Amino acid sequence: MNPLYWIIIVPVAVIILWFVVTYNRLISLRTRIDNAWSQIDVQLKRRYDLIPNLIETVKGYAKHEKSVFEEVTKARTAWSKAKDMKTMAKADNMLSGALKSLFAVAENYPTLKANENFMQLQEELKSTEDKIAYSRQFYNDNVMNFNQSIMSVPTNIIANWFKFTVREYFKTESAEEKKPVKVKF
Amino acid sequence: MQTVYERINQNKTSSVILIVLFFIIISALGYLFGVYFRFPIFGLAFAFIISTAMALFSFYDGDSVALSLSGAKAATKKQYPEFYNTVEGLSIAAGLQMPKLYVIEENSINAFATGRDPKHASLAVTTGALKKLKRVELEGVVGHEMSHIKNYDIRMMMLVMVLVGVIAMLSDMMLRTFMYGRGDRDRDKGGGILIIVGLALAILAPIIAQLIKFAISRKREFLADADGALLTRYPAGLASALTKIKNDDDKIVDAANKATAHLFIENPLRAHEGWLNSLFDTHPPIDARIKALKAM
Repeated sequence: MNPLYWIIIVPVAVIILWFVVTYNRLISLRTRIDNAWSQIDVQLKRRYDLIPNLIETVKGYAKHEKSVFEEVTKARTAWSKAKDMKTMAKADNMLSGALKSLFAVAENYPTLKANENFMQLQEELKSTEDKIAYSRQFYNDNVMNFNQSIMSVPTNIIANWFKFTVREYFKTESAEEKKPVKVKF
Repeated sequence: MQTVYERINQNKTSSVILIVLFFIIISALGYLFGVYFRFPIFGLAFAFIISTAMALFSFYDGDSVALSLSGAKAATKKQYPEFYNTVEGLSIAAGLQMPKLYVIEENSINAFATGRDPKHASLAVTTGALKKLKRVELEGVVGHEMSHIKNYDIRMMMLVMVLVGVIAMLSDMMLRTFMYGRGDRDRDKGGGILIIVGLALAILAPIIAQLIKFAISRKREFLADADGALLTRYPAGLASALTKIKNDDDKIVDAANKATAHLFIENPLRAHEGWLNSLFDTHPPIDARIKALKAM
């Protein structure tokens, strides 16, 4: 074959190869994000399932702390109704806050604090909160990787072509919640 | 700065190099051993069979050797909920499958991870660590071990443990044979030279093997500290755990020995003192590690 052909064939082959490899890499990065999202989902559901049990246990010792129970239940319902990531993140924050105040209330009841069942639930919920934070961290790490890839040159050419779009981070707090908490006496 | 993927590749490559090196050393030892008994081919074949068997064994079963040598027992979620939950959380953060959990009945604070890849990994901590460390500190320690798992350090370190052990054992066996074996060395001159080479190799092999072990594990500890901090996002946790280990009265893990020392998060054998000791240490000085973590 005429050696001149190679001057055309080799670069074309290299470009096609680069195309395939890059496209596949982007796909796998995107799949990782979805996978990471399902991890968050698993942990959020786990917490959702633990809450009724916790409320029942606490009620047995602290019946009149109604406002705290209502707050937790409200946040729980808000979370179950959340459809997109933003409302979900917001409900998740609300629920975390409500649970915190529930545990703060429990501090006032020594017999409750010593209850075996309560201690177990507290450990479960606390570690589930941790796992939610960790899965969120893993999710955001993956989003960062993906976003970085599709925005950098020359990968952005392929990303634009196949309509890979920037993914959203799962943010921990909204701006208003970052304000210092007012303590009422 | 290396990425995690580069480090994984490096570990996989080093593991292969280590196995090849192991084959060469064992084959050389076997050949010389054979020459000594005037059956070089037999020696080579014997060495080949032994090294293949040992390499396969250490790759697929090295973790159970490490675990049983250190007296680790399987831990359930029911017995150690805090430990279990901590590991589960950090597995999620690292995006890894949850490792099998083990506990070592010991008062000292220590931990190690082993296995051939993240899907076949085990993590062991001492009961002393579970008792004496706060949750954030335990998280720091587990984060350190999870990064050993993620980086494939565990594969490399497990291979080193078994293969270096085998080389040390074989060369010890050969030295005995050469020294107390047949006395008629001047039968043929070629044999005499080979015996000297063999003797030198038999003495040098375990020393070289030891040096490989030290060189690979000290840098690794710093890297695992840094990666662990990236997982927990809280370097102070591990720093405070290391400080606790440093100030703890119980430093020695009874079940650990020279073969397993490099697996642990902190040297389980003795305190770091003196120049010669620090030269042959499997771990960097604990103060240097704490300092590096505090600077993050």
